[in-house]
Amino acid sequence: MFKAIITVKLRPSILDPEGKAIEHALQSLDFKTLSGVRIGKLVEMQVDAADRAAAEAVVIEACRQLLANQVMEDYTYELHEA
Amino acid sequence: MAKAKFGVVVFPGSNCDHDAYHAVKHVLGSQAEFLWHKEGDLQDVDVVILPGGFSYGDYLRCGAISRFSPIMKEVVRHAERGGHVIGICNGFQILTESGLLPGALLRNRSLKFVCRQVHLRVENSSTAFTSQYASGQVIAIPVAHGEGNFYTDQDTLSEIEDNGQVAFRYVEADGAVTDASNPNGSLNNIAGIVNKQGNVLGMMPHPERVVEQLLGSADGLGVFESLLHAITGKQPILS
Repeated sequence: MFKAIITVKLRPSILDPEGKAIEHALQSLDFKTLSGVRIGKLVEMQVDAADRAAAEAVVIEACRQLLANQVMEDYTYELHEA
Repeated sequence: MAKAKFGVVVFPGSNCDHDAYHAVKHVLGSQAEFLWHKEGDLQDVDVVILPGGFSYGDYLRCGAISRFSPIMKEVVRHAERGGHVIGICNGFQILTESGLLPGALLRNRSLKFVCRQVHLRVENSSTAFTSQYASGQVIAIPVAHGEGNFYTDQDTLSEIEDNGQVAFRYVEADGAVTDASNPNGSLNNIAGIVNKQGNVLGMMPHPERVVEQLLGSADGLGVFESLLHAITGKQPILS
């Protein structure tokens, strides 16, 4: 059993107005050293797979088919043995 | 007389399904059926309407889950056979998610839900959805969405433009394309596109909400009249 932590974010080439708005809020709170804020989604799930390679394959397929829309989003994932 | 039969797909969370049904059934005078999303049968409709709303609560992404509803397999098959499909608002989002139309609809540039009347310019009046308008005609249609910011990569955008796939563009009342007339940040002010084959249309504005002069405007009726004309070959005797 594995635990997958998947992050889905807008592609870097796409303006993220929500991230920008949060960045402005941080700046106005005097966090002058923070920049490049991007907002994304985090998806956690259990993966029942025999080994890491099999778990990875199914997570990638889930990202491709449903979790990320690759016209506008990129995904990354971490896999931990649960 | 040959009648056109329209099918309005109902997803959990659809909320413009009855408006669309009313437009085609009572105003246009065509046959119309509601098609529950769990059904695997389109009941021989000529035109499938994917209505506006918040199918599946817009969970994950707008339209991302609805595209896997059982009926969508049939809708894709219908489109591949050359059948007509129109997606309005959430329906447009479902069409891009399902790959029947290129691009994606991002959060509005303003991050706000926009609900107001906008002006659209008919860019291509030779489609099955716009034949009853004149090219360059400006119509007033309401929008109501939070994710209507049409986006695609530059190559696809050029292709859409070059093929004449842009059906409607956001403009000023005089027809000028300006940034101020763009309610959501869509690339090239795009409000609606057709697929390459010309039998699938997606648009963010709501033509079904403006089909009766009595209720303020019939500017949207042309979309449904065009479909009627495409199916039956008859000029509508309405309006």
